[in-house]
Amino acid sequence: MATIRFIEFNGTEHLVSGANDSSLMEAAVTNLVPGIDADCGGECSCATCHVLIDQVWRAKLDQPSEIEESMLDLNPDRTEDSRLSCCIPVTEDLEGITIKLPEFQY
Amino acid sequence: MAGVVIIGAGQAAAQTAASLRQEKFEGPITIFGEESEFPYQRPPLSKDYLAGKISVEKTLVRPAEFYDSKNIAVNLSAKVEEIDLAQNTISTTLSETFKYDNLVVATGSRARELIIPGHELNGVHYLRSLKDVDAIRNEMKTAKEICIVGGGYIGLEVAAVATILGLKVTILEMESRILKRVTTEKMSEFYHALHAKKGVDIRCSTQVQGFEGEGSVSSVITKEKTFKSDMVIVGIGILPNSELAQKAGIDCENGILVNENCQTSARNVYAIGDCSNHPNPILNRRLRLESVPNAMEQARVAANNILGGDKKYSTIPWFWSDQYDLKLQMLGFSADGETSIVRGEVSEEKFAVFYLSNEKIVAVDAVNSPKEFMLAKQLYGKRADPEQLSDVNYDLKKMLN
Repeated sequence: MATIRFIEFNGTEHLVSGANDSSLMEAAVTNLVPGIDADCGGECSCATCHVLIDQVWRAKLDQPSEIEESMLDLNPDRTEDSRLSCCIPVTEDLEGITIKLPEFQY
Repeated sequence: MAGVVIIGAGQAAAQTAASLRQEKFEGPITIFGEESEFPYQRPPLSKDYLAGKISVEKTLVRPAEFYDSKNIAVNLSAKVEEIDLAQNTISTTLSETFKYDNLVVATGSRARELIIPGHELNGVHYLRSLKDVDAIRNEMKTAKEICIVGGGYIGLEVAAVATILGLKVTILEMESRILKRVTTEKMSEFYHALHAKKGVDIRCSTQVQGFEGEGSVSSVITKEKTFKSDMVIVGIGILPNSELAQKAGIDCENGILVNENCQTSARNVYAIGDCSNHPNPILNRRLRLESVPNAMEQARVAANNILGGDKKYSTIPWFWSDQYDLKLQMLGFSADGETSIVRGEVSEEKFAVFYLSNEKIVAVDAVNSPKEFMLAKQLYGKRADPEQLSDVNYDLKKMLN
């Protein structure tokens, strides 16, 4: 369980609680956070759950897999903070994490 | 206020309810589903769920508690029997009539049946629902040989799982090649060779004439040969569930006809997901799609329009299939292309085939090549240099500038 702060592109904040066996994407979708489409349901097949996580928090996460990296690589909004939220499991270590959402999902 | 009534409890239905709440709709939302489970995702059914890798909970579109917490009424094991357009009501097996302000028909689709001698034998399965897969998984524990009728994506995904589980798999395909309805010869050949290498016996141009067995199936009869089989999966396509709408007088033709706002011919009635026949402004023709991304987007469009918006449906169809350790991502329809360009090595099982029409990208089939898939998503309908596309040393990112 972790408390996650999602910030929409327009600045609207959503404080949600994510369960341990879920992903960040599932935590967002379950709590109706706009801006994450997750069209494939968490298969790392669509890249419509793109989020931005700053370096401090990113350091606590596993490195992206080759597939995740490839899906992100051609995303026009990609920055060094880019991750796919379906590929990141919620753990206690993420208590208080802040996640920013891009303007569009491609 | 009667609110929004949604017929069907699949992915499209769940997303409509979620989108309505996301857009701050506070009126009643009532879902009716024939099955006994909360809305679940069907794609994993023939993949990870069949393989026993994920739990039922993981297949759910949203956790079961979600609906209560968002004040969404979900009536399960409830069949809608009639839509009364004049009264704005539906009647159900719950022996009640429900009024609606807006009605969303998200009745999905069903497996096409194969009515031949022996089709009612135990051990002959379709793969559409969680219950279907639970029964299949159970039988797979003791079965040694399995025949799959139909070499489409469902058949091939089941073949991959069954092979990994150690069953002897035979695919019987009526057409001259597997995947003929959905892809090009090149891709058919690749998947045929892949499955053959794993030990799957694929027979094309083979028509199944009947099933035989004492109570449960033990063999599959074709003109040329009889195949021993402990169980059978029939995967020969799906049909839209449009009868309910048709009976109510809503215009239907290969699905329920809707406009770009997902509205049917009846006032305040929408149809979304597999059952809808909708115009695609990008492809410039009507489509009926068996696709989750389509269901999700149509749900968002319908929800927006119900709340007075004017969101129009406009997306490029895409699909995916997982077989063994290969991820196939498809965008557009390969049949729309006049020429094809291969990028990568087919023999290394990592390649993409781009399809071009008038030098513009109109489709891609990407095998373990997510970058190529993402490129096509962004360059769809745009010109692309065939030499750059085929050169693996050329950085695709440069094409986006």
